Amino acid sequence: MAATIGYADVEVGDELPAQSFPVTRATLVQYAGASGDFNPIHWNEKFAREVGLPDVIAHGMFTMASAIRVVTDWAGDPGAVVEYGVRFTKPVVVPNDDKGAVIEVSAKVAAKLDDGQVRVDLVATSADQKVLGMSRAVVRLA
Amino acid sequence: MALDQSFVGRSYPPTPAYEVGREKIREFAEAVGDANPAYTDPEAAKALGHRDVIAPPTFAFSITFKAAGQVVQDPELGLDYSRVVHGDQKFAYTRPVTAGDRLTVTSTIEAVKSLAGNDIIDIRGEVHDASGAHVVTAWTKLVARAAQDGEGA
Repeated sequence: MAATIGYADVEVGDELPAQSFPVTRATLVQYAGASGDFNPIHWNEKFAREVGLPDVIAHGMFTMASAIRVVTDWAGDPGAVVEYGVRFTKPVVVPNDDKGAVIEVSAKVAAKLDDGQVRVDLVATSADQKVLGMSRAVVRLA
Repeated sequence: MALDQSFVGRSYPPTPAYEVGREKIREFAEAVGDANPAYTDPEAAKALGHRDVIAPPTFAFSITFKAAGQVVQDPELGLDYSRVVHGDQKFAYTRPVTAGDRLTVTSTIEAVKSLAGNDIIDIRGEVHDASGAHVVTAWTKLVARAAQDGEGA
């Protein structure tokens, strides 16, 4: 694969450009359709509250898809991602208004591995809560 | 209700092939707001060394989670799907999912636990292409929350 960042040009501790991702109820409906995940906790407030959630919450996989963009935009080739894993620690609560929620993602190079690969550790928050834990990607650089 | 431990290690037959289409990848990339041309422009994808447009890294979940449906909806397992939230997710890629792929998923139950009233199940989905070559493995942890619990993800 053809990452545009060179392994030799990267140091442990390097920060990747941070990004923030807005998410509204409309975003969740669109994601439900595209992904096929129609769990009503992602679009039906009444249902979400009945099962003990504070409100409608974003699909964990939407948050996961957003967070990796910090890595794929940096690496230049999304196909350079070798591993990617997260723990969903807190829900991204999406109120029914025109603002919705915002997912803030930062990342840094945590380790240089063999075979031109680096491990990137990600931090994702929403409303000052950490929404992803153990969020790590391994990327093969040029 | 505690899940049946005898399900640990159980594998389900491979799914029928899922054919990955360019327009489905485009729809998914648009839904996550990702304008990377490798997802929509075959020439841009080829310039990066791919056969055709590739899918965003998490796209594979749509396929593996559908396959996991045969596990979570297995009435013998007894999982309360209305209370299920996603605990962990991990992918390991041999190569990116690419338009034109015909993918099958083989699901295996790796672990079944009950913790503080929550039922927890770990499912591994191995994705192979039409030639039988490995594309990606997805590990999914699902948590069916205890009825009085207010947390979730």
